[in-house]
Amino acid sequence: MTITRRHAESAAKLALVLTAAASLAACQSRPKPQGPVAPTPSGPTAPDSGPTGPSTPGPVTSGVIPGSQADLAQSAGDRVFFDLDQYNLRSDATQTLDAQAQWLQRYRNAQVRVEGNADERGTREYNLALGARRASAVREYLASQGVSPSRMSTISYGKDRPIAGGSDEESHQQNRNAHTAIVSGQ
Amino acid sequence: MMRSILLAVLALFAAGAALPARAQIEVDVTQGALQPLPIAIPAMTGAPVGADISRVISGNLDRSGLFRPLDPNSFIEKDLNIAVQPRFADWKLINAQALVNGNVTVEEGGRLRVDFRLWDIYSEQQLLGLQFTSTPENWRRVAHKISDAIYERLTGEKGYFDTRVVFVAESGPKLNRVRRLAIMDQDGANPSYLTNGSSMVMTPRFSPNSQEITYMQMRPDGSSIYLLNLETTRQERLGSFPGMVFAPRFSPDGSKVAFSVERGGNSDIYVMDLRSRSSTRLTADPGIDTSPAFSPDGSRIVFNSDRGGTPQLYVMNADGSGVRRISAGGGRYTTPVWSPRGDLIAFTKQAGGQFSIGVMSPDGGGERILTASYLDEGPTWAPNGRVLMFFRETPGGSPRLWTVDVSGRVLRPAPYQGSGSDPAWSPILD
Repeated sequence: MTITRRHAESAAKLALVLTAAASLAACQSRPKPQGPVAPTPSGPTAPDSGPTGPSTPGPVTSGVIPGSQADLAQSAGDRVFFDLDQYNLRSDATQTLDAQAQWLQRYRNAQVRVEGNADERGTREYNLALGARRASAVREYLASQGVSPSRMSTISYGKDRPIAGGSDEESHQQNRNAHTAIVSGQ
Repeated sequence: MMRSILLAVLALFAAGAALPARAQIEVDVTQGALQPLPIAIPAMTGAPVGADISRVISGNLDRSGLFRPLDPNSFIEKDLNIAVQPRFADWKLINAQALVNGNVTVEEGGRLRVDFRLWDIYSEQQLLGLQFTSTPENWRRVAHKISDAIYERLTGEKGYFDTRVVFVAESGPKLNRVRRLAIMDQDGANPSYLTNGSSMVMTPRFSPNSQEITYMQMRPDGSSIYLLNLETTRQERLGSFPGMVFAPRFSPDGSKVAFSVERGGNSDIYVMDLRSRSSTRLTADPGIDTSPAFSPDGSRIVFNSDRGGTPQLYVMNADGSGVRRISAGGGRYTTPVWSPRGDLIAFTKQAGGQFSIGVMSPDGGGERILTASYLDEGPTWAPNGRVLMFFRETPGGSPRLWTVDVSGRVLRPAPYQGSGSDPAWSPILD
């Protein structure tokens, strides 16, 4: 009987731990990029999904300019995110970067600048160096996926160009990123 | 008649100045503000600017935390005359331990002459009697020099009031901050911008003669370090490294600048000879090596590196040899700055979700934490090595300049109303 109770207790504890782990994982999973949003309908609100009513005058579709920053952001994602004080690429980051590499193969004139960023929980100079590590990690990965290094430069803004203004962990996660900016050839 | 009294008093000053420190008032700088010394600073007589000078002196001494300027409304003796002794009994009655009085005259040719005396009320002695002359628009500097003289006489330490601070003035929302280099007097007066805010700037530092500053500025494809001559406003880029170049600091003799260069994601420390413009690489480690700072004799450099996993403080010889870690761990240590006295290294420490300003001895011993908040960063030493300025940011707020003394007891916002970061204190001005 004691044993069963103990079992029950540890099961409950385990469940708690699991929930905590799950919510932690949720916290650390890929955040939605904030920042500038392309003026394109997408996702569940896209007009071509689901049944439509009786057809009225022909639809006017709008879209991003192919090869533009907005196109990169929409079709591949132009920002990858990092764990606290880390510069190794997470699986969600390599997924995005694979798509970026494909996109860059398609738009061969595009020159990009990879901009490394850090959250505010570090000193300015250290975070500048950390952002440079992140930008460099992205550049190296893209190069390994066939993007010519001569098309890519890097820069770090450290903690001084946040995209999320809050001081909570969610904002910090947003701000630990590397942004792939098209500087010419779009 | 008047003249002979003045001469007699001057003779008395001379005698007083030669006296060894007997049972006179003393202020212990190292202990901080356990009991700040009550001091009376009535408005100086003579020209109207006398009251302003007294106000500036009073503000300086008050902010040091070592002195408590008394309310002028409590003063009993109103008709102080620089040429005669004060009525000590009147000042004892209001518990003043020291008295500063003075007189301002405008000489022929328009020069300002300020005579002042510092009195020890209980020993009924004059501790200082000095005269300053300057151009009238320089009255604030005269007030700072008088403040320094008083501080030095009563604490036995050099003052730090006739100094300036260069910093990054910040404006605009967090997601679109404008950052400009700015300079002001140590007490927040005479602020002016040195750059227009079109490019991001960081980490200005004074040259040893206070005539130049070195700082980092972003370029479209990286960052560079620059020299800016404060008199000519001439700006000059140092070196032409690709990538990020940052964290510039002068050597104590002004002949070199140490800085970080980033290449392929790795940051190392270099030093440039300013005459030949040749650079030497001092570290070659895959870790982040940055925030170098020279020892006051120029023989060593303290810096932070994460070669051991987390950012810690290391000391090396100025040629890059003999690297050894000095911080003991248990936190993340960055932005070390060697005290001008050589006895302490100040740093930013990140531990337990908070940021602190702390000090340790150059061998890593005797760590003391002076402040803690959501974000305290980037200490800079006053030239006497007794006070630190740094910047503090509250969650979601904008950074402000703060000061703390080495005891950690006197912590207060710096007298600058705007938002600022990355302060650097000048040496004592000439």
